Amino acid sequence: MEAYLDNAATTRASESVRAIVTEALGTNYGNPSSMHRKGMEAEKYIKDAKDIIAKTLKVEPKEIVFTSGGTESNNMALVGTALANRRAGNHIITTRFEHASVYNPLLMLEEFGFRISFIDVDDNGQVDLDQLLSQICDETILVSVMYVNNEVGAILDIAGISRAIKAKKPNVIFHVDAIQAFGKLKIFPKREGIDLMSVSGHKFHGPKGSGFLYIKDKTKVKPIIYGGGQQKDMRSGTENVPAIAGLGVAVREIYEDHEVKVKKMYELKEHLIKGLQEIEGVTVNAIFADQTNLSLEEAIHKTAPHVVSASFAGIRSEVLLHALEDKGVYVSSGSACSSNHPAISGTLTAIHVKPELLDSTIRFSFCVNTTIEEIDYALAALKELLPVLRKYSRK
Amino acid sequence: MYKAFLVKYAEIGLKGKNRHVFENALRDQIRFNLERVGDYYDVSKEQGRIFIECRDGFDYEETVEALKKVFGIWAIMPVVVIDSIEWEDIKKEVVQYVDQFYPDKNFTFKVEAKRSNKQYPITSPEICVKIGSELLHAFPEMKVDVHNPDARIWVEVRTKAYVYSQVIPGPGGMPVGTGGKAMLLLSGGIDSPVAGYMISKRGVKIDATYFHAPPYTSERAKQKVVDLARIVSAYTGPINLNIIDFTDIQLYIYEKCPHEELTIIMRRYMMRIAEEIAKNSNCLGLITGESIGQVASQTMHSLNATNAVCTLPVYRPLIGFDKQEIVEIAEKIKTYETSIQPYEDCCTIFVAKHPTTKPVLSVIEKNELNLAEKIDEMVRYAIDNREVIKIES
Repeated sequence: MEAYLDNAATTRASESVRAIVTEALGTNYGNPSSMHRKGMEAEKYIKDAKDIIAKTLKVEPKEIVFTSGGTESNNMALVGTALANRRAGNHIITTRFEHASVYNPLLMLEEFGFRISFIDVDDNGQVDLDQLLSQICDETILVSVMYVNNEVGAILDIAGISRAIKAKKPNVIFHVDAIQAFGKLKIFPKREGIDLMSVSGHKFHGPKGSGFLYIKDKTKVKPIIYGGGQQKDMRSGTENVPAIAGLGVAVREIYEDHEVKVKKMYELKEHLIKGLQEIEGVTVNAIFADQTNLSLEEAIHKTAPHVVSASFAGIRSEVLLHALEDKGVYVSSGSACSSNHPAISGTLTAIHVKPELLDSTIRFSFCVNTTIEEIDYALAALKELLPVLRKYSRK
Repeated sequence: MYKAFLVKYAEIGLKGKNRHVFENALRDQIRFNLERVGDYYDVSKEQGRIFIECRDGFDYEETVEALKKVFGIWAIMPVVVIDSIEWEDIKKEVVQYVDQFYPDKNFTFKVEAKRSNKQYPITSPEICVKIGSELLHAFPEMKVDVHNPDARIWVEVRTKAYVYSQVIPGPGGMPVGTGGKAMLLLSGGIDSPVAGYMISKRGVKIDATYFHAPPYTSERAKQKVVDLARIVSAYTGPINLNIIDFTDIQLYIYEKCPHEELTIIMRRYMMRIAEEIAKNSNCLGLITGESIGQVASQTMHSLNATNAVCTLPVYRPLIGFDKQEIVEIAEKIKTYETSIQPYEDCCTIFVAKHPTTKPVLSVIEKNELNLAEKIDEMVRYAIDNREVIKIES
């Protein structure tokens, strides 16, 4: 048996996504900028995808810019906003547990004279709102906060944060990295006060290399890629039509029967957590364990439905990962984007995971197609492996 | 413009009666390396050197790169071929050659001539004088220095004429296969690929053994070793890479032996296993990347303890090298980038916080008796069930 529990790293593209990608590569392969019929056919895919996304988010189609994925969306949001608003100020605020595709553009901006403030988060991944507000000053132009943390699945109170910062400084631009949130939560940027929002297609059964940035009308963002002026100058380069077409289909599909899908994923999550809690020496992270008035079910509904982070005392996550792999169970240690670094996960430190558990933490992540049998299989594999692996620890 | 290469060899020129064995091996190795570039080359052996004529479509850079990886080559000289041996044509082409390859004419030179075609009416000394004056006439900044010239410009006349002067250094050493075969203990680190390269440079063919310890070492760690073997095999020729599943043996040692001796005992079993495979594949020695004092298992005491289990000689070409010196070679042979990929190898997974640096052989041997019950069977099983991958670049 196999259990792919690494859906926060990437998902399998759905059948209809694969079909439209193939069609756009092989049949309607025109360049959307071409004047002739072939160009028009290709352009139609883009228009359709944009319409689907706009309708889903309840925004205008012109507020969507297609990108090569989450990293580019975050780069455009941060670098593009910083460049376009540098006369208004040079201060940017973010949290301590963002993804590398937020951190590294910000570190680059720091080299060019921007000042970056990092806000603490608590054990459950919630930002310290007072600290955030206290950092806002005349120079602050941008606040960037992730919607769902990729390593532990914490959901941040985006609407609340937006209200608070806009009350203190209305013209601050609010960017949300929604790469792990989109498809799992219903998101309406205008209702939640989001100015810029990054989304990546392959996290919800779309193609790799697809994604978009929502840019609220009239928000000042400078493009970061220059060339032939495609997408109203915001993102030059021939549109990746197959990826965009696939992205549109994936967005439509993921929000069909959405409540049912989310409910199912929460059931999987609860099942896995209960199973993990039965095993000795396992700590599940960021599930409001400190709020004893909450039942487990209530607590996990305050978190994303598809991510479980658990620490296994006395075992190195890399070894456990490969031992699980040997049994056909695919998980991730830290997040796939950062786990090649020798440096220990920033997220886990930020949410105060004990130092001795930092290198012993595994992420399990689901999609709508994950089954309860896969979870049981993974739990059985863990129960078999953990005693053996604990026996041979580094002394 | 270049259409041929002259290959000069160094040490094999010193061999006595079996010199032709070395020359043939070098010619064959050159053919082998060039065949992988494409079907453009005629390689022939002649009077103390090897001549390569290239057909249309060959790529100069690719050819030189391939030749730079053939041990035994001292120098590679790119040659311009002049189809006509009419004297006027030769003069014209040589002047043109110098003009093209020496944009700065402010240098000293000497013309060297060779007339294999004894029917040719102009003798070698005459060729030297006439070409020399022709060049001085064409480029007055050039100066003759017959004792210590900046450039020696060779003109050879056979059925065609050849001009050459540029010298590209080759890797040196001796042609692979002239020195028997040895078994390299290949980890994923920086040192062992360099050690294999260095021994192979002395004409030795290489096989390799890698110890894989899933789940403690990952598939990517194994792939890294395969990649390293492939890079090294560009110099050494095909390598049989033996992959031993070492996990059970390692865990058994962990259970039965003192923890601070784990690494030493583990390495003794690696040597035993590698030696047995070596003997069965006609290898005459083992090769390791050890260097004195680099880590706890490479002190003199530790080397003594690991060496004690071997009957074949263990070649340790890096034994007196500093890390930086090893890194420089790794960069030159292009294994460095692959070696530094961060995947754990099986030597470090259970390493004690304070491993013994001065193991006493008798104590180690006594503690190894704790393994007596199962170890021979486990070693047998690991050897019999090893995976063998044939690596060719």
